[in-house]
Amino acid sequence: MEHKNWNLLDEALGLHNNDNDNAKPWPLCGRFVLVEDCVDTSAAFVLHHILKRSFSSHPSSAVLFLAFSHPFSHYDRVLRKLGCNLTAQRDNGRLFFLPMLMFQCPGEGKPNHDGLASMFEQIERVITVLHQDKKSISIIIDDISFLEVAANGSSDDVLNLLHYCLTLTSEYGCAFIALDHKDIYLNDGERTAVILEMEYLADILVKAEPLATGLAKDVHGQLMVLDKETHQHGISAIKSYNFHFKIKENGTECFYPGTKIQ
Amino acid sequence: MADSICRTLRDGALEGELAPTLTIKDSLASPFAFHVFSHILLQLSSHVIAQKSQSQGIVIVALSRSPSFYAALLNMNGVDVAASNKWIHILDCYTDPLGWKDKTRKSVNATDCSPQISLPTTSFKTVKDVDKLFSVITELGRGLVGENKARFCVAIDSLSVLLRHASLQSVAGLLSDLRGHDQVSNIFGLLHSDLHEERAVAALEYMSSMVASVDPYHHSADGQKGFLGDSFSQQNLTKGKFNVRSKRRNGRVRVTCEELKVEPGGISFASVSSVDGTAIAGLLPKVQFNLQLSEKERIDRSNVVLPFEHQGNGRPIQIYDGRRSLEESNSEANPISSGKKEDSAMGEIIYFRDSDDEMPDSDEDPDDDLDI
Repeated sequence: MEHKNWNLLDEALGLHNNDNDNAKPWPLCGRFVLVEDCVDTSAAFVLHHILKRSFSSHPSSAVLFLAFSHPFSHYDRVLRKLGCNLTAQRDNGRLFFLPMLMFQCPGEGKPNHDGLASMFEQIERVITVLHQDKKSISIIIDDISFLEVAANGSSDDVLNLLHYCLTLTSEYGCAFIALDHKDIYLNDGERTAVILEMEYLADILVKAEPLATGLAKDVHGQLMVLDKETHQHGISAIKSYNFHFKIKENGTECFYPGTKIQ
Repeated sequence: MADSICRTLRDGALEGELAPTLTIKDSLASPFAFHVFSHILLQLSSHVIAQKSQSQGIVIVALSRSPSFYAALLNMNGVDVAASNKWIHILDCYTDPLGWKDKTRKSVNATDCSPQISLPTTSFKTVKDVDKLFSVITELGRGLVGENKARFCVAIDSLSVLLRHASLQSVAGLLSDLRGHDQVSNIFGLLHSDLHEERAVAALEYMSSMVASVDPYHHSADGQKGFLGDSFSQQNLTKGKFNVRSKRRNGRVRVTCEELKVEPGGISFASVSSVDGTAIAGLLPKVQFNLQLSEKERIDRSNVVLPFEHQGNGRPIQIYDGRRSLEESNSEANPISSGKKEDSAMGEIIYFRDSDDEMPDSDEDPDDDLDI
């Protein structure tokens, strides 16, 4: 492994347990990681981080990336700064990048099940091909809210698609990582059922929020990671991790509140 | 209380009565309903294996967990999965609830590469069709226990998912049909109460003879989990309150409360009375003045002699009722004054008259001689 410097985010996600042990499956395998952010604090860096880690998790790991919010060139630039060459990975057949920016379910204004069903068909086809090579696969959706736009605002269809993606996690042992914005679901202070249902489904919930005290130069926000530890098939309590982060040009610094030394 | 739920479910339905129905509900603040669900499922399966229960088989309607999850769950808890095909059957509404995969599988002709499922499973691909779901459940149950009077129990692992796919009326209809079915011994299902309108939750609660609700151990003030984890929200991650409301046939409702604790091996229940006092004291709002008494303060308080409390300890009770004249009481006043002298440490008023000019108190107006 080329990297040893696990940070708090790796620890919270359980990624550090996998160090130099290719026999074990990737800790995120078979799990659903839901990343929630808000307007003030973007959590896209968590996706970048997981994307980078998933390539280095296993020599034959692969990623299926469904891009709704940014084109490939964007991720290529960002990940290059983090020390990961997406173009090379794509050419190696380890990254399947499905640009969904222009995806729109047919039938404007009314929910259409076939649109998302065909999208799932596309996903599953890639997964079955990848699975034959015995790779540990991660499915990453970079923005569920755009998926909802593409589904003509039908949150039921979105949840159905999410459910189907989740069935892939138990069938093929894929990791499923999705980003969503939580404040777009706020309705008179009440949260709507869509985001709540996703939180129920999630095995690991990563929440990014700004500092309660407002903007700061050295701290860009705080992360809360709730790990339901459902992967052991057993019953266990929820673990929670809280820490602050600072996003840098070539990585993210995570630290416990008050422990950062300049 | 969890035991009594299991007992009720184990004992099953009486002839000519509706089958007992349990709804387990939770909310995101304390999402442990599935823990309770699997606990009850395991208890019931051990009863079924030991043939101690009325039901001779279990049909699990799997909507939110995969069949392989249940196989692993039973296996981990020492249930012989290989021999389970006689008493358990999973109706798999999880893998392909809407038939999307059907199309793909036909076109690609992919091999089924799912992990080894050792539990007997039937897949169901039209979850929206609740009538069909009912007929399939009863068919499967009949397949397990046979055509005779034997009964089976139905476990629905997410009524919430069912409610998302189908209308409240049809889900309520399904439950009602199952309760009235003469081969169903009991039904239990799981509901995430904050995903639905209140009326949907209420409707399902009306249809259940027991409602077990998992509530957060501590309610935080803003209804959300505190971000930088105070100790209360930390406790909510491992504990919950387990409230059970059970309805008897005669309409009597019994409500009990227990503490639910999530441990690595499973969940345990404890009565609330065993909760230590510090936890309750911690619930009080933080104020500057002290609302609690220390042990010393409590002892001191109990030593205070309240007015009139000193009377009645052998001595005649002296209460001036205002009717007797002063002279009359003068002679009798001696015992009191002497009594007072006994414990002069208690304090007394000593008064010296300044001079003879000063008259004792009289009714005369002291300003009488003023010439205004």
